[in-house]
Amino acid sequence: MIFVFALFLLTLLVITAIAIVRSENLFVSVMLTSIFSLLMAANFFILDAADVALTEAAVGAGITTVIFLSALALTAEREKRRAGGQLVALGAVGILAALIIYATFDKPRLGDPEAPVHQHVAPWYLEKTPEYIDIPNVVTAILSSYRGYDTLGEVFVVFTACIGVLFILGVKPPEQPADRTAESGGLRHHLIPQVVGRLLVPFIVLFGLYTQFHGEYGPGGGFQAGAIIATGVILYALLEGEGEALRAVPRSVLLGLVVGGALLFGGVGIVCMLMGGAFLDYSVLSADPVWGQQLGIIIIEAGVGMAVCGALLSIFHAFAARQSQP
Amino acid sequence: MIDIAIDIVSWVLLTLGGACVLIGGVGALRLPNFYTRIHAASLTDTMATILIFVGMMLQAGLSLATLKLAAIMLFLLLTGPTATYALANAALLSGLKPDADTIVGKNRADARG
Repeated sequence: MIFVFALFLLTLLVITAIAIVRSENLFVSVMLTSIFSLLMAANFFILDAADVALTEAAVGAGITTVIFLSALALTAEREKRRAGGQLVALGAVGILAALIIYATFDKPRLGDPEAPVHQHVAPWYLEKTPEYIDIPNVVTAILSSYRGYDTLGEVFVVFTACIGVLFILGVKPPEQPADRTAESGGLRHHLIPQVVGRLLVPFIVLFGLYTQFHGEYGPGGGFQAGAIIATGVILYALLEGEGEALRAVPRSVLLGLVVGGALLFGGVGIVCMLMGGAFLDYSVLSADPVWGQQLGIIIIEAGVGMAVCGALLSIFHAFAARQSQP
Repeated sequence: MIDIAIDIVSWVLLTLGGACVLIGGVGALRLPNFYTRIHAASLTDTMATILIFVGMMLQAGLSLATLKLAAIMLFLLLTGPTATYALANAALLSGLKPDADTIVGKNRADARG
């Protein structure tokens, strides 16, 4: 039964992908991209990857759409037709597709317990996590403790992306008058979306915090929580106007979140070294190594959440500020 | 006995909900202009949501899952009609008049809807 459902979703995914490529109206493409992400999230969920599904739904279907729309507001809505180059593109895509299809012949059956990925370190993680870290969600244990270096790298990627976008979009055009951000009123004149949105914002942020602190016990963690909280603040910005959202969460706080989150993560690693362990080896943080691991995971997850939330909101505001300029 | 009764009621609700989704989908594709189409699509937002979620809650019984389902249902019942309103309002503001004439200009309405 689940197989039929997965097949149905994958078929829809292919149809959506073709529609994205075929559509010349970029607005339609952005909306289809959002649908694509939602279908992808459902697919991940079917594959029992609830953590990834949550991230895909929050980032792919939620925030990316808003950022794409903000980018669209700065450019044209229609795709510019370009003559030539189609044959080269067709050839490249054809070769790539053939390679990928060829590679799938070597792929083990879905859910095959003999697959190499289930033979390498995965059994060790599943077996030893209750002993070493003692949290139910092994994904969080792998992400923040065993593979802590990778996650630190990811946080710095987010940090770098945020800085990069701010450098590109933060450049002010020369004849820029006083800030007009306060004027962009959002949906202030639309009563129904505003009332419903105001009702939802606190619950979205609350759910984000739940995802943050429940990450050790169920699907969730810093990445998802940061994205969900950012979604809540962006909804607020869309309803009340960007200036109002900046008054609630000013730019300095956002930058503080990005820098603070990355520093918090790295700082925990340094503290681990100072206390006599290896970098990001949380066991030394407390007399009881298991509690030390849990403490380390809670702190670095908080760092991840701060960095992701701050980065996404900074990028959103960078686009929005650009729009409100004439 | 009571289990069978609950099962029957829940399956009836789920089937009715599924039918509502189907009718809404067919309506969104087949009706002549934008406003009638979102009218059909809003059927999935409200009636189908209630029917399917009550059906699922009956399946879940008295558990945490029922509470979560109720929360999701409330969320969808709040956001669905709001989204439909926002869509219709945006269309109206951008100059799409809800006249009977637009049925004649079907293709143009299609392109915009």
